[in-house]
Amino acid sequence: MPKKIENVGCPYCGVCCDDLVVTVSDDGKQILEVENACAIGNQIFHHATGSERVKLPRLRQPDGTYKDISYDEAVDYAAKVLYNAKKPLIYGFGSTNCEGMAAAAKVAETAGAVLDNCASICHGSSFLAIFDNGYPSCTLGETKNRADVIVYWGANPAHAHPRHMSRYSIFPRGFFTGKGHKSRKIVVIDPRHTDTAQVADIHLQVKQGHDYELFDAFRAVVRGHEIPEEVAGIKRERILEVVEIMKKARFGTIFYGMGLCHSDGRNHNVDIAISLTRDLNDYTKWTIMAMRGHYNITGPGAVWSWQYGFPYCLDLTKKDIAHMNPGETSSVDLAMRDEVDAFINIGTDAGAHFPIEAVKHLRKHPWITIDPNICMASEISDLHIPVGIVGVEVPGIVYRMDNVPIQYRKVIDPPEGVISDEELFERIHKRLSELEAEEAAKGPAKAAPEGVRAEE
Amino acid sequence: MSELIIKNGFVFDPLQGIKGDRMDIAVKDGKIVETSALSSPKTIDATGMTVMAGGVDIHSHVVGPKVNVGRLFRPEDKLFKSPHKSPTCNRMEMGFSVPSTFKTGYDYARMGYVFVNEAAMPPLHSPHVHEEIRDTPIIDNAAMPVFGNNWFTLEYLKNNEIENNAAYTAWLLRATRGFGLKVVNPGGSEAWGWGLNCANIHDPVPYFDITPAEIVKGLIETNEFLGLPHSVHLHCNNLGNPGNYVDTLESLKLAEGYAPKNDFGREQVLHLTHLQFHSYGGDSWGNFESRTKDVMDYVNAHDNITVDMGQVTLDETTTMTADGPFEHHLCSLNHLKWANVDVELETAAGVVPYIYSPKVKVCTIQWAVGLEIGLYAKDPMRTFITTDHPNAGPFTRYPQVITWLMSRAARDETMKTFKWLERTIDATSIDSIDRELGLYEIAQMTRAGPAKALGISNTYGGLAPGMDADIAVYALNPEDMPSDPAMIEKAFSRCAWLIKDGVVTVRDGEVVEEPAKRTVWVDVKVPENAQVQRDIYEHFLRHYSVKLDNYSLFEEHLHNPRVIEVDTTQ
Repeated sequence: MPKKIENVGCPYCGVCCDDLVVTVSDDGKQILEVENACAIGNQIFHHATGSERVKLPRLRQPDGTYKDISYDEAVDYAAKVLYNAKKPLIYGFGSTNCEGMAAAAKVAETAGAVLDNCASICHGSSFLAIFDNGYPSCTLGETKNRADVIVYWGANPAHAHPRHMSRYSIFPRGFFTGKGHKSRKIVVIDPRHTDTAQVADIHLQVKQGHDYELFDAFRAVVRGHEIPEEVAGIKRERILEVVEIMKKARFGTIFYGMGLCHSDGRNHNVDIAISLTRDLNDYTKWTIMAMRGHYNITGPGAVWSWQYGFPYCLDLTKKDIAHMNPGETSSVDLAMRDEVDAFINIGTDAGAHFPIEAVKHLRKHPWITIDPNICMASEISDLHIPVGIVGVEVPGIVYRMDNVPIQYRKVIDPPEGVISDEELFERIHKRLSELEAEEAAKGPAKAAPEGVRAEE
Repeated sequence: MSELIIKNGFVFDPLQGIKGDRMDIAVKDGKIVETSALSSPKTIDATGMTVMAGGVDIHSHVVGPKVNVGRLFRPEDKLFKSPHKSPTCNRMEMGFSVPSTFKTGYDYARMGYVFVNEAAMPPLHSPHVHEEIRDTPIIDNAAMPVFGNNWFTLEYLKNNEIENNAAYTAWLLRATRGFGLKVVNPGGSEAWGWGLNCANIHDPVPYFDITPAEIVKGLIETNEFLGLPHSVHLHCNNLGNPGNYVDTLESLKLAEGYAPKNDFGREQVLHLTHLQFHSYGGDSWGNFESRTKDVMDYVNAHDNITVDMGQVTLDETTTMTADGPFEHHLCSLNHLKWANVDVELETAAGVVPYIYSPKVKVCTIQWAVGLEIGLYAKDPMRTFITTDHPNAGPFTRYPQVITWLMSRAARDETMKTFKWLERTIDATSIDSIDRELGLYEIAQMTRAGPAKALGISNTYGGLAPGMDADIAVYALNPEDMPSDPAMIEKAFSRCAWLIKDGVVTVRDGEVVEEPAKRTVWVDVKVPENAQVQRDIYEHFLRHYSVKLDNYSLFEEHLHNPRVIEVDTTQ
């Protein structure tokens, strides 16, 4: 009898749907059916057993082909690469669990590496704004239960977060929102007439790259100031109308996406969005939330914040103190300046996402890709180490876009012999520590601890 | 396993009434034993030193979502404020007011602490709390889920259904692997869902139509109905505002008529936390003044109450609390960055950086208010040292707080730095108090007292045979106390030895071993309750954004548990 597994978390986007029902074949080897998931989430599950998987690490040969090697050999190779590099970069993590992130941090600290995640090329500008201005937010259930006004600004969940609108924002009936969609006003602010804009009550087609001005106008109106006849391509009356709706809301949430983070203004767009949220809280209740992309891209920001105090762009190369300075310690900038002499790509595809110049520089040095599947990064790597798919074959904790931890399950076993990200990094750490110990035994003994550290 | 004897120290163990006697403490297999039980122990010479049980912190924000927001959004808290990694520790240590999990564990151990009670766990975020507990080395942790704005609790208590509320409480403690009942701004944080607050303890919660006073009384009844190790742990309404001592006294009076009912040696029914923030007079920041005397007179006269200080340490720090409306109010005062996290059906937290400056009158008055609590305390077994870390200051300032309490000279030294010294003296009684606490009283306020109030004094906070071998040795000779108060601070900052579970963990102020830490939680057995099961099912079906089966902590995310069992079915 095929087995139905309920309450399964979906390893696709930051919405982190945890209501999937997955039917697994009698022998537990095939995924037969996936219920409740969007088309993309569905595909991730089916891909796990419906396609040819890489089951052993593959090492690039002098003739350019890949040769299968054992996990032990791969671990040894990775540890030696890290050990010999002056400034290795470990980047990615959007698609793995927090246990893997914690283990990778241990490796990075021992190796003296730079540790970075996909926020570096995504919501990093949000972090910069949050550092300056804070983050008045809420969990998604709050929005579902209370919100009567929803704003999507520079975000298109209809495509990027397919179930966001139905689970949390526009359509669901919550405790104080029993009428669901009927009791909510939806405002979409986007230069394009997106599919999300289709379901909006009001669509403000802001002039591309002029979001900051529009926010500024909103804030001016909230604070009772005059504004010009037209701002950022939007007529004054429309702005007054929307601000009135926002001020009269009982509870509102601004969801914003890459339209703010990656158009002119970047972190300043997010900063002023936060300021607008603060202003509105003098009148009623407003919250703001970043539409984080991958299902666990919020995870590394959480894990590394409790381990080091920084969410991304961590320079651990000094081995005894962490340092963060985006622009200096961010992956793409490091790569563009050719400062990195070894690269581990884990749970993402830098080959597809980084500027080609950055990829070319990284490609000059050892490049290791850790990923369940074949991707652009794996095809240009020196070593590709396959791992189990989190949420399908490996359980663990992931953080939803609102920072709520969701406990993911596994529905099938990984292909025989394939290990998890966590186990892989633990083994690399063990091997790295052995290499360090061998070196220490050869050289002069390290200075003994001196007792009380001088008057800190 | 190993044997150990700590010889010849001056032992302070209030749980046994030992007041600085010269004694040997014997350790075998991680427990304290009679000295006669040892065969060939390793010896630690504690001659001329002070020996106490490992410290117990009853209220500190060290793990969980709001703590981590504080870390994430304050990179400046790391810059020039983090030490270089100790060669004897496994991991780096980052941050000052909100240290990394590793630094938290190491620093508590260096101060001789072994148990820290996380003061507020949003239940929805319990997997996050337990992940951070895993990464906090050495110290044992417990975490209290918040109940004071929980929709289940509000609904049950409104209908006076104590038994149902008890069944839900037991379920939630198990679901989150929690320790006790935390209550933060009862009703007010739910009101914050609409941008509102409860103005006083009789101001009803919007929609739920129950008052903060009814919530607190209902939770006290629930707690005693279940007979939990710890009492209700209350952050009462109207925190931080001039004139709030009236609300505090009213909140304290809610405990009148209730007696503790438990098998854990706990004698209070209400713990009122960070009392400093709740003992203010005046009606504006202009005539802001201390009303500690009024509040402490009440506390001293009522045995069924315990309190902790929440001492302001005059640092730049990070405030964080499940009192959402207060943090919004605070950011409108200091205009710094503001983070807010409303958690569905449960609570609402905020985080705002804050600078307690000796140049600001309100801050120096707050400093005095906190110390007055410790100095007016008639029973140090009911008054505990905390800084409400990191709200009034980081926990790493405990040694300084101890020094202020032990030395009038140390207080005078600090007061010299105040810009508004005269006004601070006028608005408080701090200058008229000469009392200096002794080491026995410090042992009461930092280990024996908190352990007893938490209901864990059979395991932590004392040195009787059979208890955990958690022992701190400080380089302080009670017969020859240093005349320079700075030396007291130094001794408490870096203990000479810390034995944790029988393992030498700190030596000469350095962490030398990282023994396995524990997660302490309370498992309450209650009779089956079909109505509560149905209510839980309904709320998860309709109102939560996660599935019921994914809400309870999975066993694999609970790390090295120590479970305290309570059985109400017998």
